[in-house]
Amino acid sequence: MLDKVVIANRGEIALRILRACKELGIKTVAVYSTADKNLKHVLLADETICIGKAPAPDSYLNIPTIITAAEITNAVAIHPGYGFLAENADFAEQVEKSGFAFIGPKAESIRLMGDKVSAINAMKAAGVPCVPGSDGPLNDDEAVNKAHAKRIGYPVIIKAAGGGGGRGMRVVRTEEELIESIQLTKREAGTIFKNDMVYMEKFLENPRHIEIQIIADGQGAAIHLGERDCSMQRRHQKVVEEAPAPGITPEMRAKIGERCCNACIEINYRGAGTFEFLYEKGEFYFIEMNTRIQVEHPVSEMITGVDLIKEQLRIAAGQPLSYTQEDIKISGHSIECRINAEDPRTFIPSPGKITRFHPPGGLGVRWDSHIYADYSVPPNYDSMIGKLITWGDNRDVAIARMRNALSELVIDGIKTNITLHQDILNDHGFVNGGANIHYLEKKLADFE
Amino acid sequence: MDIRKIKKLIELVEESGINELEISEGEESVRISRGVQTTVAAPVVQAAPPAPAPVAPVSSAPAKEAAPEITGHIVRSPMVGTFYASASPEAPAFTEVGQHVNAGDTLCIIEAMKMMNQIEADKSGVIKEILAHNEDAIEFDQPLFIIE
Repeated sequence: MLDKVVIANRGEIALRILRACKELGIKTVAVYSTADKNLKHVLLADETICIGKAPAPDSYLNIPTIITAAEITNAVAIHPGYGFLAENADFAEQVEKSGFAFIGPKAESIRLMGDKVSAINAMKAAGVPCVPGSDGPLNDDEAVNKAHAKRIGYPVIIKAAGGGGGRGMRVVRTEEELIESIQLTKREAGTIFKNDMVYMEKFLENPRHIEIQIIADGQGAAIHLGERDCSMQRRHQKVVEEAPAPGITPEMRAKIGERCCNACIEINYRGAGTFEFLYEKGEFYFIEMNTRIQVEHPVSEMITGVDLIKEQLRIAAGQPLSYTQEDIKISGHSIECRINAEDPRTFIPSPGKITRFHPPGGLGVRWDSHIYADYSVPPNYDSMIGKLITWGDNRDVAIARMRNALSELVIDGIKTNITLHQDILNDHGFVNGGANIHYLEKKLADFE
Repeated sequence: MDIRKIKKLIELVEESGINELEISEGEESVRISRGVQTTVAAPVVQAAPPAPAPVAPVSSAPAKEAAPEITGHIVRSPMVGTFYASASPEAPAFTEVGQHVNAGDTLCIIEAMKMMNQIEADKSGVIKEILAHNEDAIEFDQPLFIIE
């Protein structure tokens, strides 16, 4: 097993990683910015290194500094968490060149999936269903582009190849708008992602967002842990996630899961990963793969009993998968609410000192968070301060437990979106199940 | 040749008692000699006590004790790395307590990713205290020198 791991992240995921390391007897090194001295995992870690000032480029995005911290502490591996450098192929490469294990896939897998055009081509070759599209980057030939759109059928969406996560996209409904939309998206992509390559896809009007969690050991074995439904989104940011997805049968799950596992073997994938799909009228359409552990991984853990972070650590230590596909049984239903330090109506971030804090508890309630009474949420990072997860024998019980847990959760001194979650958990559209990715924004618009 | 290999070679030299070892790998080579000085120790890294209760953060390098009583100008590390008091093992230290330094004088080296970075005095004065020891692991903002 790994001797010592640098946790190159912060907040709740850093604490999650620390807990898994401790269970496996792995020594922990917490690297932190000057704003994060009092992070819970920093206070608990075996060793700590301050790596720079608060702004992420000075600290959590500073590759040489993080690798140096691993060197001076004699760590053997680095866990990047999610966000920050987790999907930075250069980081993964430099970590391994410097003699450390990168707890994640190889740099070439990150590169392959980071470019959305090459990812789609790789998935097509592996038999994963994709959205009808331009099958490659768009050039400036107006006639060709118009022909693509005609073949695919309006509405279409123009997407940046270097984008992802909802950024760098534009919907086009009529041929008149097409050429200008392509030009605008190219320009934006060039500015934001330093890569102006764009491609075209069919725009699905009312799809759900359903993703498949996989884990592969890089030694020829890959399994899936079923699907998650992450359709409750605002501005492409997930707000509530659940597993399994209402309406997905075991047969559908097995079929799409197997395709994803085969794709993993084809591309020599190693570690945890997620295949994201848009799901409409019984069909799955691949949109992108996330080559990291995700925020919402706990709901998959709750319905399968698998500790995904520990499995990541085992795989990085060179061990084969601890489970076969037959070992994975889906049991019950789990829901996760992302608790953010923000105004529940305006969504304006609300950093500051937490004056009173009380977490919920009880059977089937899981609280993944680094906050504590008197902790000050810094303004420099994203606003998520915790994840409230429930599990129940079925979806109704999971919902009931979440409503109870939300009413028990007390975070005073800053604003949080707890009341937003209570609204969602009481909303008939959510409670019915199967709402699409536009549902939450439409509901929020109704409030105004 | 990565730094971890070099560390292992250093340990080999120490354990075996040989005086000098030179290894070439393709175009790269490294020579390790035992000087007259005391043995090369691995970077001193203090582990926090295994207390489960959250306590004030214990950094990986010794220097915290000096914090409350410091008067005078503190020179802090601008980076993470390993502290070296002199340019090479045989060379004399860049500076000592009681020495007068001018702004711009090299006080020490912080080594990171095989690059030696000279840390300069940002103020003239007399070195009142040196807070880091040779080969200590240093974190960002860690106090290194006090200049009066």
